[in-house]
Amino acid sequence: MKTKKIKRKGVVGRLLKTMLGFFPVLMPFTIVCILINAVVSSIPAVFMQNVISLVEQNWKNGDWNVVGPQILRLVTLLVVFYLVSLAAGIAFHQMMAVITQGTLKKLRVKMFNGMQRLPVKYFDTHNHGDIMSHYTNDIDTLRQMISQSFPQLLLSSIIVLTVLGIMLYYCLWLTLVVIAGVAVMLFVTRKIGGGSARFFLRQQVALGKVEGFVEEIMNGQKVVKVFCHEEETKEDFDKLNEQLFQEARTANRYANTLMPILNNIGNVLYVVVALVGGILLISGATNVSLSGLPIGISILVPFLNMTKQFVGNISQVSNQVNAVVMGLAGTARIFELMDEEPEQDDGYVTLVRAREENGQIVESKERTGMWAWKHPHQADGTVTYTKLQGDVRLFDVDFGYVENKTVLHGISLYAKPGQKVAFVGATGAGKTTITNLLNRFYDIADGKIRYDGININKIKKADLRHSLGMVLQDTNLFTGTVMENIRYGKLDATDEECIGAAKLAGADDFITRLPDGYQTMLSGNGANLSQGQRQLLSIARAAVADPPVMILDEATSSIDTRTEAIVQRGMDALMVGRTVFVIAHRLSTVKNSNVIIVLDHGRIIERGTHEELLAQKGQYYQLYTGAFELE
Amino acid sequence: MIMVKELAKSIREYKRASIATPILVSFEVVLECVIPFIIAMLVNQIKNGCSIGVILQYGGILVLMAGLSLTFGALAGSTCATASSGLAKNLRKDMFYKIQGYSFENIDKFLVSSLVTRMTTDVTNVQMAYMMIIRTAIRSPLMLIFAFVMAFVMGGKLAWVFLFVIPFLGLGLGLVIYKAMPLFKKVFKKYDNLNSSIQENVKAMRVVKSFVREDYEEQKFGVAAQDVCADFTRAERILAWNAPLMQFCLYTVMAVVLSFGSYMIITSRGLDLDVGQFSALLTYSFMMLSSLMMLSMVFVMIIMALESGKRIVEVLREESTLSDPEDPVHEVPDGSIDFDHVSFKYSAKAKKWALADVDLHIKSGETIGIIGGTGSSKSSLIQLISRLYDTTEGDVKVGGIDVRKYSLESLRNQVAVVLQKNVLFSGTIKENLRWGNKEATDEEIVHACKLACADEFVSQFPEGYDTYIEQGGTNVSGGQKQRLCIARALLKKPKILILDDSTSAVDTKTDASIRKAMKTYIPETTKIIIAQRTASVEDADRIIVMEGGRINAVGTHEELLKSNEIYREIYISQNKAGDQDEN
Repeated sequence: MKTKKIKRKGVVGRLLKTMLGFFPVLMPFTIVCILINAVVSSIPAVFMQNVISLVEQNWKNGDWNVVGPQILRLVTLLVVFYLVSLAAGIAFHQMMAVITQGTLKKLRVKMFNGMQRLPVKYFDTHNHGDIMSHYTNDIDTLRQMISQSFPQLLLSSIIVLTVLGIMLYYCLWLTLVVIAGVAVMLFVTRKIGGGSARFFLRQQVALGKVEGFVEEIMNGQKVVKVFCHEEETKEDFDKLNEQLFQEARTANRYANTLMPILNNIGNVLYVVVALVGGILLISGATNVSLSGLPIGISILVPFLNMTKQFVGNISQVSNQVNAVVMGLAGTARIFELMDEEPEQDDGYVTLVRAREENGQIVESKERTGMWAWKHPHQADGTVTYTKLQGDVRLFDVDFGYVENKTVLHGISLYAKPGQKVAFVGATGAGKTTITNLLNRFYDIADGKIRYDGININKIKKADLRHSLGMVLQDTNLFTGTVMENIRYGKLDATDEECIGAAKLAGADDFITRLPDGYQTMLSGNGANLSQGQRQLLSIARAAVADPPVMILDEATSSIDTRTEAIVQRGMDALMVGRTVFVIAHRLSTVKNSNVIIVLDHGRIIERGTHEELLAQKGQYYQLYTGAFELE
Repeated sequence: MIMVKELAKSIREYKRASIATPILVSFEVVLECVIPFIIAMLVNQIKNGCSIGVILQYGGILVLMAGLSLTFGALAGSTCATASSGLAKNLRKDMFYKIQGYSFENIDKFLVSSLVTRMTTDVTNVQMAYMMIIRTAIRSPLMLIFAFVMAFVMGGKLAWVFLFVIPFLGLGLGLVIYKAMPLFKKVFKKYDNLNSSIQENVKAMRVVKSFVREDYEEQKFGVAAQDVCADFTRAERILAWNAPLMQFCLYTVMAVVLSFGSYMIITSRGLDLDVGQFSALLTYSFMMLSSLMMLSMVFVMIIMALESGKRIVEVLREESTLSDPEDPVHEVPDGSIDFDHVSFKYSAKAKKWALADVDLHIKSGETIGIIGGTGSSKSSLIQLISRLYDTTEGDVKVGGIDVRKYSLESLRNQVAVVLQKNVLFSGTIKENLRWGNKEATDEEIVHACKLACADEFVSQFPEGYDTYIEQGGTNVSGGQKQRLCIARALLKKPKILILDDSTSAVDTKTDASIRKAMKTYIPETTKIIIAQRTASVEDADRIIVMEGGRINAVGTHEELLKSNEIYREIYISQNKAGDQDEN
């Protein structure tokens, strides 16, 4: 949970508007049902007054036959009202269940879909735990608020208003007493309820700290063991745990005492109403009321019951304070994620299937195995087609992840179709950064990058990325079968294509030895596989995509050299006819490149083939012979 | 039940607060139930036209009782908060302490994310349930009974209506819970899966984007979210019957009381029932029904918390598979290591042996290189030395003494392992390094860093050794992290130092100078180096070639190059091009 101040203004309005947008029919209908339910719930007091006044007039004569029919008629009418109220109650509770879960789902999906469109930068600069908590903690607080607090608030406030009307109908004086009591209750709620909400938010922060600490330690639990650091760790944990305990205790104390206080203020109010009523009754004071009825026991009894109902509803509302405060904080954060600026894409050059006709490239609907860039020219309205080949050129590229901190300086290089370009250099020299620019995870600050002669800023990002294959240092696999994971590279690939790709990458061997072969389920990022096996799978995944340009960022770093020799054969096969950018720590991996580019602090310091660079006796030579360290 | 007992062990110092709460709550309930009774008397007094003095008298009693009820209620609320937050604190503490005592085998059993959930969400669930149990679960039945008794005292025959309504409501609520619970259980599992799929997506965002799979991910997520939503809606719609059920019962009572009540008053001329009691009866009916309602909510919460409780107890019950012997040895005589026909598998159930019949003897001060393919059990081998796992068959001896005879702490302080999957913790570089030795002076730290070739980059940081390392060590490079980890292990001044592929991200030159430094400065320490590159082990006294959990060959670089197929293959694959250049 972020500690930063959250703007809560307008959140309620926006949430309601969003919900109304999700359920344009159901929402108003539900509100109507709540209204009916609430109003009807307040009516019995009137019947009670009528019945009691009848009883009062007749109890001394003991003749049921006189009043019986009247009372029964009243009760029958009451039952009818009850049935209406019940029907409305059932309806609104059922609809509320649908609305609550529906809203949560739609918000979840909206957040998720919005998140897919965010630039990579967002994920690089935000803690993944924080992003996740939008989907877990924040959504959970929202559930409580929508399903319980909202209807309760609506219901209670309508009941309170209706009851207030009936009270005024009977007696102004007693109503004033009740209002005074309620004022006290609201004041108490504000004080205690507010305090409780504040501490609950603080409890969340403390909980977040404990969570973060536990996660970090558990991730390094083996290191803790190896260093016998258990005792120190326990000490640190105890401190955070104690802090959480204090906040939780205070928060719950506030919350727990609110109810008894409100209930008993209600009790006192009840007594005061009885007292004032009694005094009014005995002193025979004139009643001021809408009904003009004189003060009598038939007014006092229902009035006492209404006081109970009134107080009960005020308590109900107060009880929701915590849920509302936390829910709104959660909602604000959910909106925050939804409001993040999505990745911009002004590209208009697209990738299309093509075939050659009389030396001209034309668009084709069938699979041809040939692709072309479709480049519409706005100026004269013509369209040109350029064959997709994988020619990548960088011209004087400057770049920095943050403004005014350039990490790449004047990078120029070219890779002709089918060439292999290797980047060598220390960590932080800018190798990975260059690949981040090629697929436009980040945009260059200055200079130009051309793909098949087209400025990549003009190419639609999706199409650009389709034309680039990536195998990254950190492999990420998805929950699903091995086959599904390979197919991720090309969704319409047949099983044969996937197996072919696995064979190419040298992964087929270990896959077939898995308990269920290609149908083996993977979970937890392939937790049941070794790091090397995971890398083989991610190479197979890229192979099935079959792009003209491949970027291999330390793709074989975790494969032992013996296995790598096997993979290398596959990789060599994979690289045939493709433009390849390779980043590798092991110089053995890059030796056979068409050009090796040595980077240092974001600048190209040497370039050439392995033999040329060795002959130059520059940094590469020194690096290769182990006489120089780049870092 | 045994589970509850296990959880209850963590109440400890909060026992007093836990016991006080129900007692205070009982007082509160009694007072709350007496108040309407007295009010009924007051109403009747007023009806009969008493004096103002009598009214004030009653009023005084009532206000006093309300005051007392408030005091008890507030106190109960406070003790309840202490007891439940205290239990939560102790549960977290017990789990954390327990986990600290886990062996590697225990740690392998649990996913980190699952441990974190157990210590946060699950504990919170139990805390809420405990709060409910000691407060509401006491309050509601008491309230039900008291209100019922009072209703009989006052209403006489009329109170029979409750005997019909209450079981009906109880049955109805029970049915709702019975129907909803299995659904909830099922859906919470799905919900967990949904959230872990989001996590997966967030982590793999680069993959998603580079394969342009945003639409695919959206569609996949949409289906899963719809599934969860459908199940949740079904479960909630069942729960949504609770409130109308309650309303129905309340309405029945009202109708019955109004019609039969007035009949009784009139026919008995106010003897069996009077107007004051009439109103009190309605109050009691409301009390009874709402306490039943509360009870059903408590029930739901407890059932939900049971699942959490189970998961917590799982952690608490997990016994460490490794423990100190009765009379442990604290001194490690020297750095010699002996494997006597050692076989090992990770779990008793595993079919595959990770190590099979390894017989190996290493002299103190020797430098040993280990080389072999992925899955050849290089790491398994060295993890037995500092007793991170116990052998399945055969013995491992350090300094001539079986490792199972040492106290774990003494053994591990003398056998430093730089793990393959290593981590730095959030904190300054200095703090991280002091993990190796709490009392290390600044000079010692710099010295260790120089040996591990870490000083050169650390001293270039603007804040030097006080540079703050972010969680997971994200602000240092892989090679830098590895060098810091080595320095951290060196600070232990161990008799045996094991580097498990710890220089894979370090360039060859630095790798070489680290090895040189170790040779020069800690010659008496036994060094075991697991590596991918033959260059890293070339100058070792002996090199062990591992293959499929067995020792394939042992020898010097030259010997192996001549006699061992695997070693030669590895060597050539790494040096082929280079050799050609040199030729």
